[in-house]
Amino acid sequence: MGVNGARLKRVAETGRAPVSLVIDGTPATALEGDTLLTAVLTNGRQLRVSEFGDGVRSGFCLMGACQDCWVYTEEGGRLRACSTPVAEGMRIVTRGATWPRLG
Amino acid sequence: MAVHGAFAALAGKVEYLPETLAWNIQPGALHVARDGVARKLPFDAIILATGATDRLLPVPGWTRPGVYSLGGAQVSLKAQACAIGAKVAFLGTGPLLYLVASQYLKAGAEVAAVLDTSPNAARFKALPLMASRPELLVKGAALLWKLRRAGVPILRGVTPIAIEGDAEQGVTGLRVKDAQGRERQFGADAVAMGWHLRPETQLADLAGCAFEHDALSGLWMAKMEPDGRTGVKGVYLAGDSARILGADGAEIAGRLAASSVLMDLGIAVPVAEVTELHARRAVMDRFRRGLLKAFPWPGHLAAAVPDDTLLCRCEAITAGELRRSASALGAPEVNRAKALTRVGMGRCQGRYCGPAGQEVLAAARGVPLPEVGRLRGQAPVKPLSIATIAEDA
Amino acid sequence: MPEANVADVIVVGGGLMGSATAFFLRQRGMSVILLERGLVGQQASGTNFGNVRRQGRFLPQLPLANRSREIWGKLPELIGEDVEFIRTGHLRVGYRPEHVGMMEAYRDGAKPYGLDLELISGNALRERFPFIGPEAIAGSYSPHDGHANPRLSAPAFARAARRAGAQVVENCEVMAIERGVEDFRVETKTGAVFRAPLVQISAGAWGGRLAARFGEAVPIEARGPQMAVTEPVPYAITPVLGVTTKEKLEVIYARQVTRGNIVFGGTAHGPADLDTIRASVRPEVTLHQFTQLKRMVPALAQLNLIRVWSGIEGYMRDDLPVMGPSAKVPGLFYAFGFCGHGFQLGPGVGDVMAELIATGATTTPIEPFGIARFAGAA
Repeated sequence: MGVNGARLKRVAETGRAPVSLVIDGTPATALEGDTLLTAVLTNGRQLRVSEFGDGVRSGFCLMGACQDCWVYTEEGGRLRACSTPVAEGMRIVTRGATWPRLG
Repeated sequence: MAVHGAFAALAGKVEYLPETLAWNIQPGALHVARDGVARKLPFDAIILATGATDRLLPVPGWTRPGVYSLGGAQVSLKAQACAIGAKVAFLGTGPLLYLVASQYLKAGAEVAAVLDTSPNAARFKALPLMASRPELLVKGAALLWKLRRAGVPILRGVTPIAIEGDAEQGVTGLRVKDAQGRERQFGADAVAMGWHLRPETQLADLAGCAFEHDALSGLWMAKMEPDGRTGVKGVYLAGDSARILGADGAEIAGRLAASSVLMDLGIAVPVAEVTELHARRAVMDRFRRGLLKAFPWPGHLAAAVPDDTLLCRCEAITAGELRRSASALGAPEVNRAKALTRVGMGRCQGRYCGPAGQEVLAAARGVPLPEVGRLRGQAPVKPLSIATIAEDA
Repeated sequence: MPEANVADVIVVGGGLMGSATAFFLRQRGMSVILLERGLVGQQASGTNFGNVRRQGRFLPQLPLANRSREIWGKLPELIGEDVEFIRTGHLRVGYRPEHVGMMEAYRDGAKPYGLDLELISGNALRERFPFIGPEAIAGSYSPHDGHANPRLSAPAFARAARRAGAQVVENCEVMAIERGVEDFRVETKTGAVFRAPLVQISAGAWGGRLAARFGEAVPIEARGPQMAVTEPVPYAITPVLGVTTKEKLEVIYARQVTRGNIVFGGTAHGPADLDTIRASVRPEVTLHQFTQLKRMVPALAQLNLIRVWSGIEGYMRDDLPVMGPSAKVPGLFYAFGFCGHGFQLGPGVGDVMAELIATGATTTPIEPFGIARFAGAA
């Protein structure tokens, strides 16, 4: 399982129940027990764009310390991908997020 | 696992707050947040066991997607059953480098290379200290043998040159200089990097603990006695956040800190047991010192990070900008340099740029490492949602 | 070649006031020594909110604030360094009808001083500044105010002063100042002695202790501002934001830097200790700030706080600074105790004090800030 060309490669425990989410407007599938980071990076290659013009980021410490994996929700909310369990129906934006979302 | 068993026995006897951020501390009260609600937890005594995170050395290209901390690479594999890439290179030093590489191998991932910055000679010098825990030496040798047998290139005494790739697509490989000074290139779509661990000391700092510079590790550590007592009344330290003694050492340090708390609260503890714990801790500490000698932190490499390399991942500040603060702007120590350049001012609060930043600044100023000081801790310990509401508000 | 450690003027205290004074004294051709206990701009000058705001000030202070605003507008050319000053406008919102009355009265009072404020009501306010929350019923907008980076400002003025020939000495705590027959003798903790016929005390919250040594005790109290900053997000909030109210617990202020972080503070102060030189942020204040912040800009609820800090500010009993010549000692001048609103004034204070010290008079009225107002009161 896992999308071709995605950053993370699943090596075991692929029999878990699927979870649906939307990443940058495109439907995607993850597995129950995934962190949001795993869910996004088994479907694609990045989590966020550096605010300061030096390119995209895909997380770093994976233990809630470096804060380099915060993603936006479609509503402009913030989630730390490495410590947030994926949940059915999540809608995530990895590029060109709008903040603040008004009205 | 012993830890899980011990914890199960506590069920119903302690208030357990999982998924809780301890974001600030004041004399006699810890401030926590959970599910959007902030609480103040008053205490007579507190044991801070806040753990450790990887110590990082910036390498040109280390902010590219596909580069992860060594600990992170292990978390991905063990907790998420995912490899960080199809072909992974391991860069850094310490036993964890070899352990995680062999775990990747076992999981079926391709290991591009294990690239250790420590020279071979360091191992031999450290042997007398490391012989304090021979069983671990044997384990280490077995790991190495497995990696070699699988044909994984293992290089020691390397100098990282750059992680190759681009800022959009990420890692395509990395280049190092080997011990003989020859340039070597390894193709990889992911890099795991780490140079041992650094203690997570934010709460100890905010609690008012004094800090001392440890010459062997090059790290600033909270001042403490081996029994976990700090100079601050009611504040005790245990585990990797105090001294990096590994899992067994952490258990001993935890029991010692708990004994100190009980004694200070006027509750008797068996003296013989405490004496024995101290003896066992001393062995762990001897081994810790051996590890630091065998796998030394390459401060000279940190000091020499190229000017255009991003030092501070959060704020995207280069090593050159930090050096300019030391020279043109006259910053004599790291907090001043932070105020002028934003190095260490970002979301991670200097966890990942701090150790290297000190080296860069000290070298640029031409002073010994301890003279540039350490980044003072600032709340919140980790980002705190502004949606958070005080329980009593 | 002038004698070492001797100058026309010694400035005690290298905050923004002292650094700017040193710079402008050099502009007027006077030799100057700036003595700083630690590093330039470390206390109130480097830790404040960074507001370059005139709106809401004590009206008789507006001529000084206007003069300062002119200097801010000449940066970075004047000092050769960028301190991130940008003219963004400054917006204060009000939540209750009495706040509108306060805004109208202030607008009418400020007009003769040349400060034009625009009152905007409820829906028009949200149309123009859509991030403002529904509770705001009016706003008062000051188009030419803005903000700058306090961490950079005092050091930049001090470096400019040094380039212009001032002697700037850091890590040099003043232990004694004595008035001799001809000049002042200033001795520092390092044992160095400096002499000058003129001395300015611009030692912030510590200014009261130095003034007391000259028999001019003042009612001053040290407090810690409670500052905080969010993670960076797309640049969306242009003006500096604040609240018009008489309730201190409602007073929140915020500004977004162009890099994206939103700096905020207000509602209360924390403890500040002049002896240990420590000030801290009370966790309870941070949480209360969240409440007021979300009231002003609800979308901020989506963001994270990443850092808090404090500093040491000197507050006078009447909330006005001490500025001008000593009432007792010839050749002695004061500029301290700016009560948490000194950042905008800093460059203007430096310019006015340099004028006063060099010429004996100033074209900008500063009488309300004279130290004599406290004679026998402290």
